[in-house]
Amino acid sequence: MAGAVSALFLLDIKGRVLVWRDYRGDVSALQAERFFTKLLDKEGDSEAHSPVVYDDAGVTYMFIQHNNVFLLTASRQNCNAASILLFLHRVVDVFKHYFEELEEESLRDNFVVVYELLDEMMDFGYPQYTEAKILSEFIKTDAYRMEVSQRPPMAVTNAVSWRSEGIRYKKNEVFLDVVESVNILVNSNGQIVRSDVVGALKMRTYLSGMPECKLGLNDRVLLEAQGRATKGKAIDLDDIKFHQCVRLARFENDRTISFIPPDGSFDLMTYRLSTQVKPLIWVEAQIEKHSRSRIELMVKARSQFKERSTATNVEIEVPVPSDATNPNIRTSMGSAAYAPERDAMVWKVKSFPGGKDYMCRAEFSLPSITAEEAAPEKKAPIRVKFEIPYFTVSGIQVRYLKIIEKSGYQALPWVRYITMAGEYELRLI
Amino acid sequence: MSGHDSKYFSTTKKGEIPELKEELNSQYKDKRKDAVKKVIAAMTVGKDVSSLFTDVVNCMQTENLELKKLVYLYLINYAKSQPDLAILAVNTFVKDSQDPNPLIRALAVRTMGCIRVDKITEYLCDPLQRCLKDDDPYVRKTAAICVAKLYDINAELVEDRGFLEALKDLISDNNPMVVANAVAALAEIQDSSTRPIFEITSHTLSKLLTALNECTEWGQVFILDSLSRYKAADAREAENIVERVTPRLQHANCAVVLSAVKIILLQMELITSTDVVRNLCKKMAPPLVTLLSAEPEIQYVALRNINLIVQKRPTILAHEIKVFFCKYNDPIYVKMEKLEIMIKLASDRNIDQVLLEFKEYATEVDVDFVRKAVRAIGRCAIKLERAAERCISVLLELIKIKVNYVVQEAIIVIKDIFRRYPNTYESIIATLCESLDTLDEPEAKASMIWIIGEYAERIDNADELLESFLETFPEEPALVQLQLLTATVKLFLKKPTEGPQQMIQAAKDVVLAEKPVISDDSNQLDSSLLDDLLANISTLSSVYHKPPEAFVSRVKTAPRADDEEFADTAETGYSESPSQGVDGASPSSSAGTSSNVPVKQPAAPAAPAPMPDLLGDLMGMDNSIVPVDEPTAPSGPPLPVLLPSTTGQGLQISAQLVRRDGQIFYDISFDNGTQTVLDGFMIQFNKNTFGLAAGGALQVSPLQPGTSARTLLPMVAFQNLSPGAPSSLLQVAVKNNQQPVWYFNDKIPMHAFFGEDGKMERTSFLEAWKSLPDDNEFSKEFPSSVVSSIDATVEHLAASNVFFIAKRKNSNKDVLYMSAKIPRGIPFLIELTAAVGVPGVKCAVKTPNKEMVALFFEAMESLLK
Repeated sequence: MAGAVSALFLLDIKGRVLVWRDYRGDVSALQAERFFTKLLDKEGDSEAHSPVVYDDAGVTYMFIQHNNVFLLTASRQNCNAASILLFLHRVVDVFKHYFEELEEESLRDNFVVVYELLDEMMDFGYPQYTEAKILSEFIKTDAYRMEVSQRPPMAVTNAVSWRSEGIRYKKNEVFLDVVESVNILVNSNGQIVRSDVVGALKMRTYLSGMPECKLGLNDRVLLEAQGRATKGKAIDLDDIKFHQCVRLARFENDRTISFIPPDGSFDLMTYRLSTQVKPLIWVEAQIEKHSRSRIELMVKARSQFKERSTATNVEIEVPVPSDATNPNIRTSMGSAAYAPERDAMVWKVKSFPGGKDYMCRAEFSLPSITAEEAAPEKKAPIRVKFEIPYFTVSGIQVRYLKIIEKSGYQALPWVRYITMAGEYELRLI
Repeated sequence: MSGHDSKYFSTTKKGEIPELKEELNSQYKDKRKDAVKKVIAAMTVGKDVSSLFTDVVNCMQTENLELKKLVYLYLINYAKSQPDLAILAVNTFVKDSQDPNPLIRALAVRTMGCIRVDKITEYLCDPLQRCLKDDDPYVRKTAAICVAKLYDINAELVEDRGFLEALKDLISDNNPMVVANAVAALAEIQDSSTRPIFEITSHTLSKLLTALNECTEWGQVFILDSLSRYKAADAREAENIVERVTPRLQHANCAVVLSAVKIILLQMELITSTDVVRNLCKKMAPPLVTLLSAEPEIQYVALRNINLIVQKRPTILAHEIKVFFCKYNDPIYVKMEKLEIMIKLASDRNIDQVLLEFKEYATEVDVDFVRKAVRAIGRCAIKLERAAERCISVLLELIKIKVNYVVQEAIIVIKDIFRRYPNTYESIIATLCESLDTLDEPEAKASMIWIIGEYAERIDNADELLESFLETFPEEPALVQLQLLTATVKLFLKKPTEGPQQMIQAAKDVVLAEKPVISDDSNQLDSSLLDDLLANISTLSSVYHKPPEAFVSRVKTAPRADDEEFADTAETGYSESPSQGVDGASPSSSAGTSSNVPVKQPAAPAAPAPMPDLLGDLMGMDNSIVPVDEPTAPSGPPLPVLLPSTTGQGLQISAQLVRRDGQIFYDISFDNGTQTVLDGFMIQFNKNTFGLAAGGALQVSPLQPGTSARTLLPMVAFQNLSPGAPSSLLQVAVKNNQQPVWYFNDKIPMHAFFGEDGKMERTSFLEAWKSLPDDNEFSKEFPSSVVSSIDATVEHLAASNVFFIAKRKNSNKDVLYMSAKIPRGIPFLIELTAAVGVPGVKCAVKTPNKEMVALFFEAMESLLK
C-alpha cells in the first residue's frame, strides 16, 4: 500500500491558484482550480465540506484553510489521508516560521522561497521534511541569503532530525510551561455531560551543543514502579503524546522521558485526563422573555477553586437574540458590554479570586414584530474563558529536569504552571 | 524575514517576452537572476513563457544555488513542451550530479526524475546509479525516491538497470531516512506492478522495525504503512511486531498513531491469547480518543476510521461514548461523523444520556444535522429494543416543537420503528395524525400514508385521512402514489364495505401478509470489506469506506514489451465468480445510514474494473469470456498441487487440464486454509502455445475457512496464442477478493488435444506415412515405460484418443502402429516398439508439424507411465 499526492496547490480565498507545485504530472492546475472553485461556489462555506473530496475524474482533493489561503493536494492514489492533511498543517507552520504570517500577500512576496520549500518538504508527492528551524539553515529568504551552503544540515537525514549541531548560547536556560486546558460541557439541566483536561508541556530551550535531557514527573506508574513512597500527590495521565524527540521505546520500557530537545520552542508532550473535574467557574443564567418587547438576563458566576488562587482575564459570553437592542447592563464586578457581532453579551472580570460569587443583570429591547415563520434561533451555549496561574487541575508536577551536555555546563530550568479554559461551554435551556 | 518578490509580478506594457529575453542574456549576473525570477513569476500566474526555453537554460550553469533551483523549476514545467531543447540541459544535470556539494547532487537527480522526457530519462540512469551509492545520506534518500519516479516513466529501464536490487539494498542502509524513502519507493513500485517485487521477509521486517525508531515522523508512516502488508507467521511473531509498534501510539503525530493502530489491529487477528488482545484494546483506546483533540480535518479522518474500528472491535471504545458528543464549534462534517459513531456505541447503559444529546442536536440550526439527529434517535430505537419506548417519547417531544423538517423526519423514523416493533406503539398514531397537514416531503408523506394504511382498523377516520391525500394524487411523486394505492387497498381489505369475501381473503393474504421485521443496520459493512478497509486505516480507502480499486485512478505502467501487439485489445475482464464484496460498499438502508455530509464519495466499481485490469496488463490477454451457467461438479483422483498453501497464504490450488466428452476442461480445486471466507475467485491464463483460455466463468461459491471446492472450468483453444517455439508451459493467475493475485505454472498435456476423430484407416495411414518426407520422422526412447499387456495398452491409449491401427511382431518385440490428431487437422503417425514386460518403449512418429514433436513425446511418455 502506498500513495502519494500528485500536486500541491496554494489557492486564494476564491479558489484560484496562487502557487502550485506539480509532483507527478497527472493532475493539472486548471483541473484542480476548476473543481475547487466550483466546490466553494456550491456551498459558499468551506466549513460545510469534509476536507476529503472526490471528483468524478478519479482525483481526490484534500484541503485545509489558513487565513485567506487554501492548501490543497490532489491525488490519484490511495494515499495516507491523515498523513497528508497533517503535512498541510505543517506546511502552514513552516511558512509561518518563514514569513511570520501565511496569507495571500506573504506568498506572493516570497514565491521563490515558497517554491524552494515545496521542493524540499515533499518529493514525488511524499512528505519529506518539515522542521522549519533546520530548513531555514539551508533555504533562506533574500535578506538572509548568503552564498551556496556547502551541504544540507546533518539534521535533515540524522536520527536527530530536529536539531543541528554546534548551537552555542552564553547562558544556558530552559523554560518549561505546564499549560492545562479545561474542556467542559454542561447540559441545560446543570448536569456535566463531559469534561476533560488537556495538558501540554511547552518548552523553550536555549541550550548549547547536544544536551541530553531527562524529565521527571509525579507520574504514578513511574513512581510505583520505582517503589518510591509517593510523598505528595502522584497522578494518572490517561494518554500521553510526545514530541518526536522523545525516545518512545524507552518510555514504553521504564516510563523515562529522555530526549535531545530541538532548539527554541516546542511542545514536549501533551496529555489528557478524563477524570471529571468540578467546573472551576460555574455560570448560571436566567433568561426571561417579556412578551415580545424585552428580554432580561440574570447571570451568576461562581469561582469553585481555593481562595489562594485567582482567575484572571475571565470572560463570560452569554448569547442574546440577534435582534436585541438598547442594552442596559449592571454588574457587581468587572464590566459587561453588548457584542452584537457575536450575538452576545460579554462580561469581563479582570481578577476573580477563588470562592467568590459575582452577578450581572442585563435588559435588552426586542422588536415587537417578528417574521411569521422565523427560523429557529441559533442555540449557542454560554462560553467562558479564564486563566488561573500557578495552578493545575491535574496536580502534575515537574520533579526534575536533568540536562547533561558533554561540555558540562549548568543549565537552570524554569517551570511555570497555568490552567486555562479550553472549550468551556454551558448550554442554555 | 519577509521578501519582496511581488515586484517580479509587475510587468511593463511593451512586449514582455522580448524584454525578458534580452535580460536573460544580460552580461550581469544580477540582472539575469532577476530576469529568471520574472520568468518564474510569469509562469506562476499562468503565462506561457515556454518560448524563453533556450535563454533560461543558458542561465543554468551557475554557482548560485537559488538561481539554479529556479531554472530547474522552469525545466520541470516546460521540458515536456520542448523535448528537443530539453536535451540542452542534460550536460549540466550530469555535471551537477557529481558536484562536491551534496545539496546540488541531490537537486540534480531529484529534478531529472521530474522531467518526463525520454531523452532526459536515458541520461538519468548513470547519475542515478552513482547517487544510490552516494556517501551522503541526503543524496541517497533523494535517489531512492527517484527510482520510483523512473519506474513511473519507464519500468523496463528500472528493471534492466538493476535499480530494483539497488533499492532493495537501501533497506539495509544505516541511515533511517534512506530506509524510509526506499520503503516508500518500493511500496509504490509494488503497487503498480503485478509481480512480487517488494516482499517483506522476517529479515527486512527487523530492519524496518529498527529504522522505525529513528526516522522522521513521515518516514515512520511510510514504514508502518508498508508493514501492513506483512503477514506474521504465527501468534508469537505477531505479538513481537505489536510490541515493537505499540510505543508509536505515544507519538504526537496523528498519522503515526493511526498507522500504528492499523498494524496492531491487523496483527491482533493472529494473536490467540485473549489476555493479550484485551490488553491491546485497552492500550488503543486513549490514543484513539486523543485523536479527537487534533485539527478538525484530522479528526474527520480519525472519525471515519474509528467508525470502522468500532464495527470490528466494539469493546475498544465502548466506554468512551462521551468523547463523541458534539461540541458547539465542531465543523458540520465532524458533527455528522460523531453522530454515526454515537449510534454505533449506543447501548442500554448509556442510551439516556445519548438521547439527551440527540434531542439537543435536533434543536440546532443546521438542517442536515438536525435531520440526522432525528434519524439517529430512530436508529437507536430499532437497535435497542429496551430503549425503544424512550426513543419514541423523545421523538414525540420533538414533534411538539412543530419545526416542519423535524416533524417530517420524525414520522419517517417512526414508520421504521412500527415495522421493527409491530403492534406495540400504535397509541401514538393520534399524535402523528395531528401533523398531517404540515407534511410536504414525499418520504414523510409516504411514511405517514403507510402508517394510516397499516393501522387502518384502529384509526376511526382513516378513510377521511386518506381521502385528503387523494385530492392531490396526480401531482404526487411515484413514491407517494404507490403508497397511497397500497394504503387504500389495505383500508378496503380491513374495513370492507361489501364485496366477494373470497377475493378479499386472497387479497388479504397478499397485501396484509406478515412483513419481515427490519433490524438494526448500524454495523452495516460486509465483514470481508471491513477487513479490507481496516488494512487500509488512515488512507483514503478508509475515509471513503471503499476499497482502493474503487477510486484509484492512477494509470498502471505499460505492459511488457511482447504484449504490445495486443495492447489495444487488452480490455479483458476477469471471469467472475459470484462475489459479495463490491456491492456491500454502498450502504443502503431505510433508516438512512448513508452519510448526509455533502461529501462526494467514489462509486463502487462497476463489474469490469474501469482501469486496465491487473492480469490483463501483465499477460496481455485478449480472450473474451463466455459465461457458462451450469457449474460442473467434478470428482476423481486428487489433482497435482500447483500452489502450495505456504505460498498462497493458506490457500492451496490444485489443477490439471483434462479432456471430457471431446471438450477440454481445467479441473481445479481450491482448499481454503485461511481464517476468512474467500470469495470472488477469478482466473486468467497467459498466452500459450495452444492458445488455451477460460471458456466460461469460474464457478466457485464463497469458500468457508477449512473447506474446499472443486470445479471444471471449460476451456477454449486458440484464443490467445503465444508466438515462439511450442512449449507446454501454462501460466495461470488466480485471484479472489481477499488475497493478492496468485501466479503459478502448469503443464499442458498435449494428449488433452488428441481429437476423437484421430482414427485412421490402414490405407490412409500408409499413404500418409509414405507421403511425409523422412525429415519428419522422429523417435525417442522412454526407458522407464513398460508395456505389460498389448491389449491393456491399446485400450488405455484409445481412452486418450490414440487409436490402434495395426501391429506386427519384430523378433521378441511388438510393434504397434497408431494414429492421433490434434486440432487443425494435424495428424501424428505413431510406431511404438516394445517388448512386453520389459522396461523401455521406443516411440517413432511422423507428422507434418515438426515443432510439435517434442510436446508429443512428452504427452506419450506420460500416457505410457
